[in-house]
Amino acid sequence: MWSLSATEIEALRLSVHVAAWSTAAGLPLAVAAAHLLARRGFWGKEIVNALLHMPLVLPPVVTGYLLLLLLGRRGPVGAWLEQTFGLVFAFRWTGAVVAAAVVAFPLMVRPIRLSLEAVDPRLESAAATLGANRLWSWLTVTLPLSLPGIVVGAILGFTRSLGEFGATVTFVSNIPGETQTLSLAVYSALQVPGGEPGAMRLTVIIVLVTIVALVASEMLGRYVARKTRGYTADA
Amino acid sequence: MLEVDVERRLGDFRVEARFRSDRGVTALFGRSGAGKTSIVNMVSGLLKPDRGRIAVDGHVLFDSAAGIDLPPWKRRLGYVFQEGRLFPHLTVRRNLLYGRRFAPAVARYLTMEQVVELLDLGALLRRRPHSLSGGEKQRVAVGRALLSSPRALLMDEPLASLDVLMKREILPYVERLDEMGIPILYVSHSLDEVSRLARNLVLVSAGRVAASGDVDEILNGLELWSPEDETETGTMLTTRVARHDAEAGITHLEFRGGELRVPLADIPEGVAVRVWIRARDVGVATEQPRGLSLRNVLRGTLVEVGREGADAGPVTEVGLRIGDTTLTALVTRGAVRELGLAPGQEVYALIKSANLDRRQLSLVAAMAGGPRSRV
Repeated sequence: MWSLSATEIEALRLSVHVAAWSTAAGLPLAVAAAHLLARRGFWGKEIVNALLHMPLVLPPVVTGYLLLLLLGRRGPVGAWLEQTFGLVFAFRWTGAVVAAAVVAFPLMVRPIRLSLEAVDPRLESAAATLGANRLWSWLTVTLPLSLPGIVVGAILGFTRSLGEFGATVTFVSNIPGETQTLSLAVYSALQVPGGEPGAMRLTVIIVLVTIVALVASEMLGRYVARKTRGYTADA
Repeated sequence: MLEVDVERRLGDFRVEARFRSDRGVTALFGRSGAGKTSIVNMVSGLLKPDRGRIAVDGHVLFDSAAGIDLPPWKRRLGYVFQEGRLFPHLTVRRNLLYGRRFAPAVARYLTMEQVVELLDLGALLRRRPHSLSGGEKQRVAVGRALLSSPRALLMDEPLASLDVLMKREILPYVERLDEMGIPILYVSHSLDEVSRLARNLVLVSAGRVAASGDVDEILNGLELWSPEDETETGTMLTTRVARHDAEAGITHLEFRGGELRVPLADIPEGVAVRVWIRARDVGVATEQPRGLSLRNVLRGTLVEVGREGADAGPVTEVGLRIGDTTLTALVTRGAVRELGLAPGQEVYALIKSANLDRRQLSLVAAMAGGPRSRV
């Protein structure tokens, strides 16, 4: 009962693949968004903030449907992307990445924003008087000091992407080998008579992967905090 | 040579300063809130003046007329902040080296080794800021600023957050900075520091430069602190330091008419000290009081009792002649009636000694032209 079928192994591989890409693509954007929200005042900031948090409260099915409307081959953005870059998201694994990233985005932004807000901006002034321009002082002072939050954001984003179901199934459907991640495979297994042992195997895998990710995040977080010890001790 | 001419509105407050600072330490001296830090921030580029011109050694850093406004990172001015602002995630060594890369190689006038030796930082290099004492942090902050090879050094009350012992420990290092040969703008409200460190003084009062020039000339020739500055009524008493009682923590000040006891002040005996006594800190008694916690009870004659009238408030001023000074006291009208206070009466003045604080004393000591007290 414990040997995995080829489809199940494929689902596991695809899940990790999608979650890794979703985290990698979403993290820089999340840091940028967190920086804007933490450090800049601009018109419509509250609206942007609300929009960013939407996927957190919207039913994932709705998020997936909106993505389909927007990024589907006939959607305004999707059609343009296909014509201009030949990029297609609908019913592809790349679409699963987009769905996971959108849903995980607010979870990544929040801890990063909080840790950016905790960095004393006067340290950047000090860096400026020493000769560092804005970009350099941000990279060498603000970024390292907010690393704990960035690590937490990345892990949260990764685990959320790993478990993504609703938006994914709505946007890119449930295609084995292309868009069928672990959670989708569990769902499929339960739809077939006699599929329960398969669902159980996949469930055990998901639980294990999640535990590993959470333990890793805890250890990484501690390691980073130790690296920036003075800061966390003072804060 | 650092040339500063800046103007800036900050809410209702207006800062307007114009002065030059040659090589060596120039102190920006004045009370808290006089606008000293705003001036330094404008020089550093952290605060933009509404109008003005700032130049160092002929390099224009800011000129509103010419539309020049270099960002802080292009001004090449070292800034030592009151709270140090060391980078908590970097070791002392990496803090020190942070600004070095930005100074062009030809402009560097100090090596890491020289700075480490000058400020005695050898033992600290591998440590992180959170494990340093306040004095050590400030030494590192000074070294970090120097290693960026600045054209001038700005120091905003670098010793203000340190206790007396730490100040004593770090002052010699700051004194050595004079050898650097660059202009150093040193913000302080402590006369001890100013008289010890500075050659030139820029006196800042209410956002304006009240005087500037050689430290000794200004300190000896100018009345820095006068009752007119006080919004409350009071009396200026000219006294002389009679003796110190270190054990009891008391300094005895004598004047014609009596003696005042104040908390131990670091002023040599024999030096003239002027003391400001606020009217509301003086009480009046008709008999010699006993069992009193107040240390200063002076015998005198009542010479004046404030006028009565419908427009007068609940308190009134009374004048007490003690020796050849008249001390003003603030008492309630009820007290005047109950005690039957009237001119000619013999009374006792009760003065809360806590009001004669050390800073005030050292300030007036120097203003009176006596030998400067040294911390």
